[in-house]
Amino acid sequence: MPKQKLILIGNGMAGIRAIEEILKLKPNDFDITVFGSEPYPNYNRIQLSKVLQGDTDVSDITLNEWQWYEDNNIRLYPGETVMKIDKQKQIVYTDKDREEAYDQLIIATGSNPFMLPLPGADKEGVTAFRDIKDCEKMIDYSKKHKRAAVIGGGLLGLEAARGLLNLGMDVDVIHLSDFLMERQLDRAAGELLQKELEAQGMNFLLEKQTAEITGKKHVTGLKFNDGGKIAADLVVMAVGIKPNIALAKENGIEVNRGIVVNDFMETDVPNIYAVGECAEHRQMVYGLVAPLYEQGQALAKRICGVDAEQGYQGSVLSTQLKVSGVDVFSTGKINEDKSSKAIKVFDEWRGTYKKLIVDEGKLAGAVLFGDTKDGNRLLSFIKKGANVEEYLDAGQSEESGVDLVAGMPDDEIICGCNGVSKGTIVDAIKNDSLTTVEQVKGCTNASRSCGTCKSLVSDLLEYTLGDDYADNQEESICGCTTLTKDEVIAEIKDKGLTHTREVMNVLGWKTEEGCSKCKPALNYYMGMLNPIEYEDEKESRFVNERMHANIQKDGTYSVVPRMYGGVTNSKDLRKIADVADKYEVGMIKLTGGQRIDLLGIQKQDLPSIWADLDMPSGSAYAKGLRTVKTCVGANFCRFGTQDSVGMGIDLEKKFEGLNTPHKIKMSVSACPRNCAEGGVKDVGVIGLDGVWEIHVAGNGGTHLRKADLLCKVKTSEELMEIVGAYLQYYRETANYLERTSAWVERVGIDHVKEVVVDDKKKRDELNERMDLALSAVQEPWGEAIKNETLLKELYEKVNVPTASK
Amino acid sequence: MEKTLRRVLVGNYSDLPERLGKTVVIDDLEVAVFKLSSGKVKAIENKCPHKGGVLADGMVSGEHVFCPMHDWKISVVDGEVQAPDEGCVQTFKTEVTDDQVYLLIKE
Repeated sequence: MPKQKLILIGNGMAGIRAIEEILKLKPNDFDITVFGSEPYPNYNRIQLSKVLQGDTDVSDITLNEWQWYEDNNIRLYPGETVMKIDKQKQIVYTDKDREEAYDQLIIATGSNPFMLPLPGADKEGVTAFRDIKDCEKMIDYSKKHKRAAVIGGGLLGLEAARGLLNLGMDVDVIHLSDFLMERQLDRAAGELLQKELEAQGMNFLLEKQTAEITGKKHVTGLKFNDGGKIAADLVVMAVGIKPNIALAKENGIEVNRGIVVNDFMETDVPNIYAVGECAEHRQMVYGLVAPLYEQGQALAKRICGVDAEQGYQGSVLSTQLKVSGVDVFSTGKINEDKSSKAIKVFDEWRGTYKKLIVDEGKLAGAVLFGDTKDGNRLLSFIKKGANVEEYLDAGQSEESGVDLVAGMPDDEIICGCNGVSKGTIVDAIKNDSLTTVEQVKGCTNASRSCGTCKSLVSDLLEYTLGDDYADNQEESICGCTTLTKDEVIAEIKDKGLTHTREVMNVLGWKTEEGCSKCKPALNYYMGMLNPIEYEDEKESRFVNERMHANIQKDGTYSVVPRMYGGVTNSKDLRKIADVADKYEVGMIKLTGGQRIDLLGIQKQDLPSIWADLDMPSGSAYAKGLRTVKTCVGANFCRFGTQDSVGMGIDLEKKFEGLNTPHKIKMSVSACPRNCAEGGVKDVGVIGLDGVWEIHVAGNGGTHLRKADLLCKVKTSEELMEIVGAYLQYYRETANYLERTSAWVERVGIDHVKEVVVDDKKKRDELNERMDLALSAVQEPWGEAIKNETLLKELYEKVNVPTASK
Repeated sequence: MEKTLRRVLVGNYSDLPERLGKTVVIDDLEVAVFKLSSGKVKAIENKCPHKGGVLADGMVSGEHVFCPMHDWKISVVDGEVQAPDEGCVQTFKTEVTDDQVYLLIKE
């Protein structure tokens, strides 16, 4: 049978997704041609805001590389637009005078940004936020200009505004409604969101209608209906999108707001389909990603003539805002009305808000702010029309997650960012014998982008593997072995293993020399077990720890000398200043840990800088003690009750250079005002009158966590003893790369108290082992500059003289 | 256009550290040279296709190097980026004669 000619107009997420689904069903039945107006292969448009926010590159959001088109024998004409469709002859005509006949035609022309027809909207410096070109334009502007105005306080506008803030611009957001994201959030959540974004530096002008964009050739500002005005060098219009239906309309295909399709994504013209944002299904036009995957599936089944009796049934939408530090989720109905009731939980202290809408006993919608972990689950309950009791009861039972994924159909999308369905994940788990979320991520891309579906992936593993997964909960060190950390440590002790490669050989590693996960982990565990005899392997260290400096994006390094307790003197400052001049340091920056960072240093200059500085390394790169931040303390401060500076210096001198599973940050404050911020430190000491409080396992980073009070002690000796035992217990029982916050959450603060505080014998033993480990510590910079081999091996480049011709 | 191979001396084989990279700068080109635990010497462009990370400073495991920037895994033999990431870096032939390591660069 000759292949059918299939043409896709629109090289975007929806169309290509449909093609992928078709290829899955009938890989050899179609001769496929794709026309796309943008000069790129298919990329993930929803990740554009991450590009703008600097979290990722344009190259990272490509979904289908050029190679993919080749591999699947798809002819792609990028930068080429279809101008006309001859419905009778079944031929399309492009702007490059190409004619191409089709048997089946898919229109996936997406949307266009809606540009307000304001006076001045055509000036330079006005842009939409829709494609790579817009993104690049904004990045470009941010380099030369300072003031940005974003019109529209919805999803897209806020993501754009956050990006512009990251790019160093001052940002005003102009919004018509009196609270943000009013189409996805209720007032309470919208106001919480506003507060959070204001704290991030955004400025809001609510209930404002723009009347005019001012300026001559180039934008200079905005004028509002109420007579007010602001200055702006860049104006981003993010007020919405409209389906791109021009081509369909001009060629006599039925359109309303979008191109009208039935449950099989068929238009009113035979053999012509529409999919994605340009399509209108049961009066709905969708502007989000999830429906396009479901539509693609329905379309593919129809075109391939398989199992298509039901078709596409419409989608329940959910929204998530992609702004770092803000968790917002909403789905279904967002405002209560006469027939519905709401369940609301507002925790002002934690800054979380949750509202569920119940319509005739059934879950109909949800709005979450601050904590959105439950979002996917809620969405799933709403999709299947669950009674509210079912959700509330399920919240109490542990199996709820597994039951939930068990009830999902195979084609339900688990990872909305990458369009990975339940079926794909389950197949991968079965066929490739996957046992961990990490492996599923590596194999299918599920949970690779935003990560919110991780819990669902974990549930799917449990659902597919049953008890095997529960047994497997204690994860192996990495994909190179099935052994857990505890098993490996037991074997190392038992068999007296002395090198990482010996461990891998003897314990049957699947790879010859391990990977970037297990190598440094093994190196740490062996050093921890045997601090005196074990010879640290620099080959098994991450670059920063091997070089004793922090690598930067351009391959230069940064140098942070130690300043005990954040105290310095004029002599050290002079040395630092001299070094900065001599080596033309790119930037001198104060760190969050009360030290000075010299950035932009060439690798080969590192040893001579250390020699010139003649100061100990600040270990700013280390999985070890970074700094002990201190407040001014009783010697100067009128509120101080203890010598926090002295205590901080003592702690830092004692524990500097120690290897730990992950970095350790400490602080000492001299009164409850806690100026050294002990609530978010791995060890936060607070001095009160005659008493030291020791707080532990706080974290101010990715996983914000308030510290727990471990105990109170009277003397500095007791304090050293407790901190020593605590750190040693962490060293011995935490997984490599597990911060104290995660470790304490895992083992429980009460358990740590029992070992470290209540049991004097155990405490003494821990401190003995700690002292042994500390006795082996050497100052790395001083070591490096004395060691000729090390200097040659690590820091020298080979410079080849220019060839003479 | 005629292409000739230029033979570039990198240094002594015995001086190259095992399982570590060495940066070699040839005019505008940077090459990362690795001595593997098998004793083989491999050379690839010192630039990760992801964000240009310096591969010479990465961690070497068998015949792969992990980029120090974002942990992409790249073969030092054929330059291929390993799944789930995608891409490729340029590779260069090497020669070892009488303890001297040479790179062969197309001109």
